[in-house]
Amino acid sequence: MTSASSILEVRDLVSAFDGDAGRMTAVDGISFDVPRGKTLGIVGESGCGKSVTAFSITRLLPQPHGKILGGSIRFEGKDLASLPVEDMQQVRGNDISMIFQEPMTALNPVQTVGRQLGEAILLHTECSKSEVLARSIDMMIKVRIPEPAQRLDEYPHQLSGGMRQRMMIAMALINKPKLLIADEPTTALDVTVQAQILELIADLQKEMGMSVVLITHDLGVIAQVCDEVAVMYAGRIVERANVYELFAKPRHAYTQGLLESIPRLESTPKTKLKAIQGNVPGIADFKPGCRFAERSGRSHTAQQLSTRPPFIEISANHWVENCPICVA
Amino acid sequence: MSLLTVQNLQQHFPVRGGLLMRSVASCKAVDGVSFTLNEGETLGLVGESGCGKTTLGKAIVRLLKPTSGKIEFNGQDITHSSIGALRPMRRHVQMIFQDPAESLNPRHTVRDILEEPFIVQKLGTKDERRRWVLDLLDKVGLSAASADRFPFEFSGGQRQRIGIARAIALKPKLIVCDEPVSALDVSVQSQVLNLLLDLQRDMGLSYLFIAHGLNVVKHMSDRVAVMYLGKIVELAPAEELYHNPRHAYTKALLDAIPIADPTKRRERQLLRGDVPSPINPPAGCAFGHRMKHPKWEQSVKMDLTLKEVSPGHFVQPCPCCT
Repeated sequence: MTSASSILEVRDLVSAFDGDAGRMTAVDGISFDVPRGKTLGIVGESGCGKSVTAFSITRLLPQPHGKILGGSIRFEGKDLASLPVEDMQQVRGNDISMIFQEPMTALNPVQTVGRQLGEAILLHTECSKSEVLARSIDMMIKVRIPEPAQRLDEYPHQLSGGMRQRMMIAMALINKPKLLIADEPTTALDVTVQAQILELIADLQKEMGMSVVLITHDLGVIAQVCDEVAVMYAGRIVERANVYELFAKPRHAYTQGLLESIPRLESTPKTKLKAIQGNVPGIADFKPGCRFAERSGRSHTAQQLSTRPPFIEISANHWVENCPICVA
Repeated sequence: MSLLTVQNLQQHFPVRGGLLMRSVASCKAVDGVSFTLNEGETLGLVGESGCGKTTLGKAIVRLLKPTSGKIEFNGQDITHSSIGALRPMRRHVQMIFQDPAESLNPRHTVRDILEEPFIVQKLGTKDERRRWVLDLLDKVGLSAASADRFPFEFSGGQRQRIGIARAIALKPKLIVCDEPVSALDVSVQSQVLNLLLDLQRDMGLSYLFIAHGLNVVKHMSDRVAVMYLGKIVELAPAEELYHNPRHAYTKALLDAIPIADPTKRRERQLLRGDVPSPINPPAGCAFGHRMKHPKWEQSVKMDLTLKEVSPGHFVQPCPCCT
């Protein structure tokens, strides 16, 4: 059973892709909780396994190559990792919804947005045409789309980027899900529109009491809207804590490096930024031991390179992958 | 001494439609922009997508034919120069693009890519060019072994280093950097920004630094220009602009930056709506029009040329936004 305080409990999740080059373990044993009514941010660079985590929870890993190999995803007493496909379809779009980075590729270009929104309703509830229309318009007003009745008959290409993302959010939230997974919802948008969309998600979350998993590479977005944060690197969570704790007292060298490398508004122009050396490793180069070793600039023993550091609670509700070299 | 002077530059594109594909409207991507750029200086250029930043950059390196106005580089008017007449100038003006994966020829090795500028400008012998390529790789922090590899063999950050090496090959005076780090990972972004700062110091380069990330622009620039719908609405020294913004649009942009500090969360004055289309833009102050400001109508009949409000700080003098 999930505890009263968290809506989702992920334990030791392992997801991989089988391909010509063998098995690629994109998510390598990660554990985290999503507190009820709160926002968990998952932050990391490209290729660290953020999106694979999201697709594992919603069981949308590309088939037939993507597989959940181990661990559990407990949501409301059910283990989503082992749920039959038909039961999962009832959960998806109803209890758990997802919004994606690029709304243009996630929306069907040859159907009106009204029809796509209506489909989301009809898949999970039986209701009449007029009810569908009324609920659609109601939801579009909630996501602040102007002139909703006219927009219903428009196609995705007729909407601006911000409006499309609002439409995606409307579709995701129309069945009042308990958990929303937002995968880089604002990455393709301008900062001004990003601020609107983030505020919209936060408002709707408050109103509907839903929990949110927000996936992003932007630490600014994390700082502004999340309650808890998990930092992913090369398929693993290296650090997890409350947002205030994480930004004030980052323990892992990778988290520290990320925080130091962002240009700050208060910093003096044209001074050198602190940078993490090297590049984000590709999935084929993931090592068994501490994966940040190579870029940390600190020497690791052979033992530390070959054995995975334990994931421990280093202080109250502050978890870290405890490599003795990278965690000070 | 200013290296680049742009006066009232306009870059319009015809919008074609109808049976005969006649020009039915005009897209005013850049609509009367003026600024100067000094030697060794970085001018940052920010604004939302569709405001004309990239078009302005392309017009300056003369990848486009400006509709009207004047571009003067190194004291020479290049606004309407022919391709042949531009060639000597091109040595001194280079461009770095947002997506290095798309701006590097996938079928050429890094050596081919870096040698090409020398061949085009008929410089050096084969041996000299080989040596120069290795020097360039060293300058941007890539190994000599990279020369015989293809762009796809590199990560995003390394590819952008190749793009930078190509841009500095001919020891230019000005580089237009069009969103050079937007496609890069956070941890790699700072490496590339540091490299650009180092090269500027060592080679005395001037940059026109285009980006939508305001914190990045502030970090890289001496002065910053804010663009909205084809026009510069505010231009000021970087620190001044961030601490003392005068135009409502600049304030809104600054307000929208997500600050990486959870103790600085704030209630924002959110901008409503999207950037309007540059096809048939509203008269007067376009931002006042977007905000439906009651004083917008006054701006229609006004001269909206930038006014200096404090030393080096220029603002569009519309009654609705300043």
